[in-house]
Amino acid sequence: MTIDTPTSTTASTRGTSTPATRVLGILTIAMTLWLGVFGLLLSPADRDQGDAVRIMYVHVPSVWLAYLAFIVTALASGVHLFGKRHSLQADRVAGASAEIGVVFMAVTLVTGMLWGRITWGVYWQWDARLTTTALLFISYVGYLAVRGLEGSREQRARRSAIVGLLAVLEVPLVHWSVKLWRSLHQEATVLGTDLDVSLDGLMLFSLFVGVVAFTLLFVWLLLHRSRMLTMIDLSAESGLDRALAQRRAEGGASI
Amino acid sequence: MTNAGFILGSYALTFGSILIFAWRTVKVGKRLSADISDEDKPWL
Amino acid sequence: MSSPNRLRVAQIVFAKDLRIERRSKVLTSQIMPFAVVTLVLFAFALDGDVILQRTAPGLVWLAMLFSSMIIVQRSFAVETADGALDALRVAGADMSAVFLGKWLALVVQLLLLELVLLVGAVVMYGIELRGSGIVLLVTSSISATCGLSAVSTIYAGLASGVRGRESLLPLLVLPVASPVLIGATRAAEASFGTGGTVTSEGWPWLGVLSVFAVVFGFGGSLAFGPLIDD
Repeated sequence: MTIDTPTSTTASTRGTSTPATRVLGILTIAMTLWLGVFGLLLSPADRDQGDAVRIMYVHVPSVWLAYLAFIVTALASGVHLFGKRHSLQADRVAGASAEIGVVFMAVTLVTGMLWGRITWGVYWQWDARLTTTALLFISYVGYLAVRGLEGSREQRARRSAIVGLLAVLEVPLVHWSVKLWRSLHQEATVLGTDLDVSLDGLMLFSLFVGVVAFTLLFVWLLLHRSRMLTMIDLSAESGLDRALAQRRAEGGASI
Repeated sequence: MTNAGFILGSYALTFGSILIFAWRTVKVGKRLSADISDEDKPWL
Repeated sequence: MSSPNRLRVAQIVFAKDLRIERRSKVLTSQIMPFAVVTLVLFAFALDGDVILQRTAPGLVWLAMLFSSMIIVQRSFAVETADGALDALRVAGADMSAVFLGKWLALVVQLLLLELVLLVGAVVMYGIELRGSGIVLLVTSSISATCGLSAVSTIYAGLASGVRGRESLLPLLVLPVASPVLIGATRAAEASFGTGGTVTSEGWPWLGVLSVFAVVFGFGGSLAFGPLIDD
């Protein structure tokens, strides 16, 4: 979709919200409240982990959201790069999704550390999952840094799309090598890092509520964030046009 | 609830981050939209 | 008008990079000493013969990673300074051929660096080379170097050119290169017999390193052109 140069000068205070996002927002808030109620109150403590399992009801949805966000970034990067129109909208979706992904990856890592502190006694362990997650987090921080480099809008978009796709390429390699690495270190993992505890009904339900809530949240955030990025692009375009118009007015025919 | 501090802290951190991130997004969106007419916004 | 033959372009770029190095001697007079100094500093930091011998492979490859950042950044700074990349692009040269040339030149320089570091580690950290481990050591080092060079060349193309971009290179390369660090180190450990490992334990790592080198060699040649198109 191309954005026409802004023509009208009518100011408007209608931001990134639409009736649809308002409904979505209300649903999200409702689901999130449900998550809080079930996670903290209604669901039982785990047999082995105790109350620590309650952290899982925010930790697992967070990591799910982060992975979803990075998949969307990769897909949008592909659409931008290989699509005929090299859509800037696709680039904006890729960027917005990566920003969301990074935030939730950070939340994942911190909540995971807090869970680990209770369950294992340590904030961190060099197991395959954690290590890969940490590297993934850093990689996407790097992706966002690349998005901030200078250049024309099209150059920045193409560059980011390539880096985004290369980042996806590395994930299986990193996972493979880290997994192989940790599988050889049997002595280190005295503490089981298996999060796949047998969940009973209410616990599974709480997790499910969390995943649904965060999925709705992702859509809401993605819509608002990419619309915000659209307006940043629009402002930049109109700013440029205004500057050019001003120059022409000043310089007459000397442009 | 045992380890309540850690657990409540996790929830506070999670929802706090979400709220801050969402708030800033919407706020910046509102500020930018003041200079752009509704016709030019593709979603309206 | 046909664009210059790809193999020829790669050859020209490869020879040019090595010729520049031969004249300026930056690798031999600056980077190799830096790498050796790093080995010395590790000894100061870790303070213990046993721990040094145990961690030697890791330290060698850490020194390789950090040194490679410096080498590859310079390799692209040279291009920016005299506009050689732009000239090649304007002449219609295939950018994947340019990538190939720069990649191979970097491989050669890094292999030389590795040799120096290996000698340093044998001397300073007391590693013993085993006959049974030599093949593993050589093959894993070569494939690790190829993979590391590919990744470094790709991202250095992106990070070079404008001031303020170069500092981005380590952040981009090092996470992506972590499989190389893990694989090269474990393979080296297996070939030395560090920590009681047997040489046969190292072969899976050669697999990881080889796949890595192929994936990023191939991906790099595709991505290089669009990435440096500024």
